[in-house]
Amino acid sequence: MAKGTTVVTGHAGAKITLTSPDEYKDEPEKDPVHIRVRDLHKSYGKHHVLKGMSFDIFRGKTNVLIGPSGSGKSVLMRQLIRLESPDSGEVLVNGVDYTKLRGRALDKKRKGMGMVFQMSALFDSMTVFDNVAFPLREHTKLSRKEIRDRVMDRLQSLGIGAAWNRSPAELSGGMQRRVAVARSLVLETEILIYDEPTTGLDPITTQTVDDLIREAESKYGVTSIVISHDMASVFRIADYVTFLYFGEIAATGPPKELLKELSGPMMEFVRASGVSVEIIEAARRGK
Amino acid sequence: MTDAAAAVDGEEDAPTAPPTDSGNVEEEEAAPSFLTVVTDKFFAFLLAPFVEIGMLARMLFEVIYWGFRPPYRARLMIQSMEFVGVGSIFIVSLTGLFLGAVLGLQLADGFRQFNAENQTGAVVGMAMTREIGPVFTALMVSSRAGSAITTELGSMRVSSQIDALTTMAVNPVQYLIVPRVFAGLIMVPLLTTLFVIIGMFGAYTVCVHLLGIDPGVFMDRFRWLVDWKDVLQGLIKAAVFGVTVTLVACRQGFHAKGGAAGVGAATNRSVVQNAIAILALDYLLTSIILGQV
Repeated sequence: MAKGTTVVTGHAGAKITLTSPDEYKDEPEKDPVHIRVRDLHKSYGKHHVLKGMSFDIFRGKTNVLIGPSGSGKSVLMRQLIRLESPDSGEVLVNGVDYTKLRGRALDKKRKGMGMVFQMSALFDSMTVFDNVAFPLREHTKLSRKEIRDRVMDRLQSLGIGAAWNRSPAELSGGMQRRVAVARSLVLETEILIYDEPTTGLDPITTQTVDDLIREAESKYGVTSIVISHDMASVFRIADYVTFLYFGEIAATGPPKELLKELSGPMMEFVRASGVSVEIIEAARRGK
Repeated sequence: MTDAAAAVDGEEDAPTAPPTDSGNVEEEEAAPSFLTVVTDKFFAFLLAPFVEIGMLARMLFEVIYWGFRPPYRARLMIQSMEFVGVGSIFIVSLTGLFLGAVLGLQLADGFRQFNAENQTGAVVGMAMTREIGPVFTALMVSSRAGSAITTELGSMRVSSQIDALTTMAVNPVQYLIVPRVFAGLIMVPLLTTLFVIIGMFGAYTVCVHLLGIDPGVFMDRFRWLVDWKDVLQGLIKAAVFGVTVTLVACRQGFHAKGGAAGVGAATNRSVVQNAIAILALDYLLTSIILGQV
């Protein structure tokens, strides 16, 4: 076991290696692990949805959370962005426990996090420009010109500059996702969470959105967290994959490593998703 | 997001029963008996109004709390006032005109049976300022603006736009609900004033020009019976109704769930609850103002 790491047990006895923040206590922004989720529990009434999840999310990388429907992906996402409060456990972002934050302290931290919702969640009463300018108008004292420049810069860098005065309803699904990403990135965001960003999109638009996620990561250096069950997408974009299975972590690591050790529910999930057995076998052989 | 909203969402997101390692679904709890189900539903039905009142009280508290905290979004307030107030002028004027006319017609006919038709202006004026003006204005605003508010907020809820506001560190109660409730508080009394003026015009036209009542007598009797206390009573009611109508509409939309059908159901509940709330509050306020409680 590497120094400063601990191993916890996940679903069906799976071994999950966790890092310690101690080494980077003084310079948390240099820690390769951006978010540490530790023993997270969440229940709704009698229904225990998150059953003590623990895993790491790596800085400046694309971290994909996958799992079958009902495995707790969306519930986990809502705890990460603090749309809900967990029953117990920690979400350490740069060493700060998000679950303990309230009011203005939480709002301040939220500004460093962006969220791209499944259906983009653009404000349909506003134009594309106003949607992207919204966080700047709410949280900064920038002049009109500065806002215009920054918004147009983000829109143009994501290839949708020409659509600035259109309403969200006039845009295709892929363009809406781009606007949502631009809106999430406009406030110097460090962490960007995508909730099933390719659901309901055609294969070409799916590829475009995948490219967009990589682009946001490489251009702006953000830590991306992608919640998905689109396996083809996962293998295209993921630096790290965490497999959730009914409220527990079944496996976590780089995709190639996971493919080598495929077994149990994850094997079934990968096969059922249509990813060819040849690819899995090739990955196992290290090719 | 409020805890209540979170709880609602949580119920929506909660996954189904997990399978065990062997792949079988975990053994479910024994089904409750028919009697238990009926009893639970009966008590839930009885408690529902109190739960609703509690939720509304909580939301009102949040509106007051966030209403006094910066940032003050004047532009949103004006937009909401335009939507709730200016947008309702036509329907309120039309309703006021016909209601005043028919009231004049009925009362003049009734009073004529004992030769008291000269009192029509006074009674129409009192009824309009104290009761009919605020109640009908609120009902009209609820039908037009309240239902639209519920639909808009409900659509925002089910398409995650309200969650998006929260993730952008913007309080959705302060951004979405405070301006609308403020608009209700200011605009419903103004619309009520308009309703009463146009209603009196309708009654005057019918009574004077169709039924031949003397215009001087009609106005004199009106001035003799209706004083500022009556007007104030009507305006207080209108302000309370304005807050109630927008608050109920916002609450239903804000906590809508279940896609398009859920938004439709929330809009339906909003209109029904508002109608009941306006009439029940009208009785309560009248009792308090007249010192009958």
